[in-house]
Amino acid sequence: MARVVFTPNIQRHVACPEAEAPGATVREVLDAVFAANPQARSYVLDDQAALRRHMTIFIDGVMISDRKDLGDAVGDRSTIYVFQALSGG
Amino acid sequence: MSDELLVSTRKGLFTVAREGRGWEIAKVDFLADNVTLALSDKRSGRKYAALDHGHFGVKVHRSTADGWEEIATPAYPEKPEGLEENDMWGRPLPWSTVRIWALVAGGADEPGVLWCGTLPGGLFRSKDDGQSWQFVRSLWDHPLRKMWAGGGADLPGIHSILVDPRNSKQVSIAVSTGGIWHTGDAGETWTQRGHGMRAEYMPPEQVSEPNAQDVHCLAQCRAAPHRMWVQHHNGIFVSSDEGHNFTELTDVKPSAFGFAVVVHPREPDTAWFVPEIKDEKRIPVDGKLVVTRTRDGGKTFQTLTKGLPQSHAYDVVYRHALAIDESGDRLAMGSTTGGLWVSEDQGESWACVSHTLPPVYAVQFG
Repeated sequence: MARVVFTPNIQRHVACPEAEAPGATVREVLDAVFAANPQARSYVLDDQAALRRHMTIFIDGVMISDRKDLGDAVGDRSTIYVFQALSGG
Repeated sequence: MSDELLVSTRKGLFTVAREGRGWEIAKVDFLADNVTLALSDKRSGRKYAALDHGHFGVKVHRSTADGWEEIATPAYPEKPEGLEENDMWGRPLPWSTVRIWALVAGGADEPGVLWCGTLPGGLFRSKDDGQSWQFVRSLWDHPLRKMWAGGGADLPGIHSILVDPRNSKQVSIAVSTGGIWHTGDAGETWTQRGHGMRAEYMPPEQVSEPNAQDVHCLAQCRAAPHRMWVQHHNGIFVSSDEGHNFTELTDVKPSAFGFAVVVHPREPDTAWFVPEIKDEKRIPVDGKLVVTRTRDGGKTFQTLTKGLPQSHAYDVVYRHALAIDESGDRLAMGSTTGGLWVSEDQGESWACVSHTLPPVYAVQFG
């Protein structure tokens, strides 16, 4: 099970508690997390289910490369950080 | 006569109310958040706020008995695999709600119906007070929609939606840039209108092309819906045939450039504008904020200044930031530099509510 941690900044708008979910890719893990917390989905993903333009995701400290399909591999003990990218000053 | 104003700003939604002799800020919602547009639906008494959280996207909230609740945000359908569609800059066109740019109630005979216009050009309709949204595919799939371009923003967007008070199935919209479109069957089919406008920014053979027109704002007289007014990128235009054809009004002082227009609800010849110098100089002429008004269908214009700053004023009034109430006597406008003014005498005089608000995006009477 991967551990998923959301930026504190998102919590002001929608509750995104730390979660654990199964999955071999970022997509699989996030699908599982958002199935339990559907309102949070659109805060992280856009209408095409790609990562929002100013969001970023790290797996064990490494930024993902596949922002569209979220196909980066996730280990069973990985920690996924869902953060906002630095923009706007 | 409306005693309430909804003021959408970069840092929250301000409710301004007429208290005793004057107008005062009565409430602030979503403080510090970017509220791009609000709607007061007089049929249901509900209010709606469109928020843009930047990193976290566009969201819609609806008023409840004791606050607000987040409801569905209009969402684009899945982009077909392999479809290549670029914006005017050569970048992939996002099939995603980038901004809510129009939010209006349907007709009095269709409670629960809302219309929503967005960047990059998608139109949505709700039948359940915004609980869910249906993408108006007929317009999105129209071949001419693919010719729409950026105007007020990098991406094309629908900013004006007018539901005909005589027949709720008749809806006119305006696009920056994409001209004026009309449906007579509640969105099943669409035809282009807006002939007679002029696009100086296009090559000569495209100047009169209706689909290339950068309409900044489209307004329709409720009592005489055949009369429509346009504040366009290249001037002011008026129609007397429900937006089929427009005539340009060129003798407008101090300027015919601006973003906003409102029309009197019962007097089709009476309309108001907020002029700026021109496209390349988006500030009031000579640093004087004025409102221009015509009472004779555009033959003559009055320049209204009483109560407005007449020295070093650099306020810009965006397309949704000039409002008129149902009586036709009260107007309000908000500016990019945080000014908010109300008139109770058809613009003859204005009272400043505040000049320290965040940038104002939209004003609507409640």
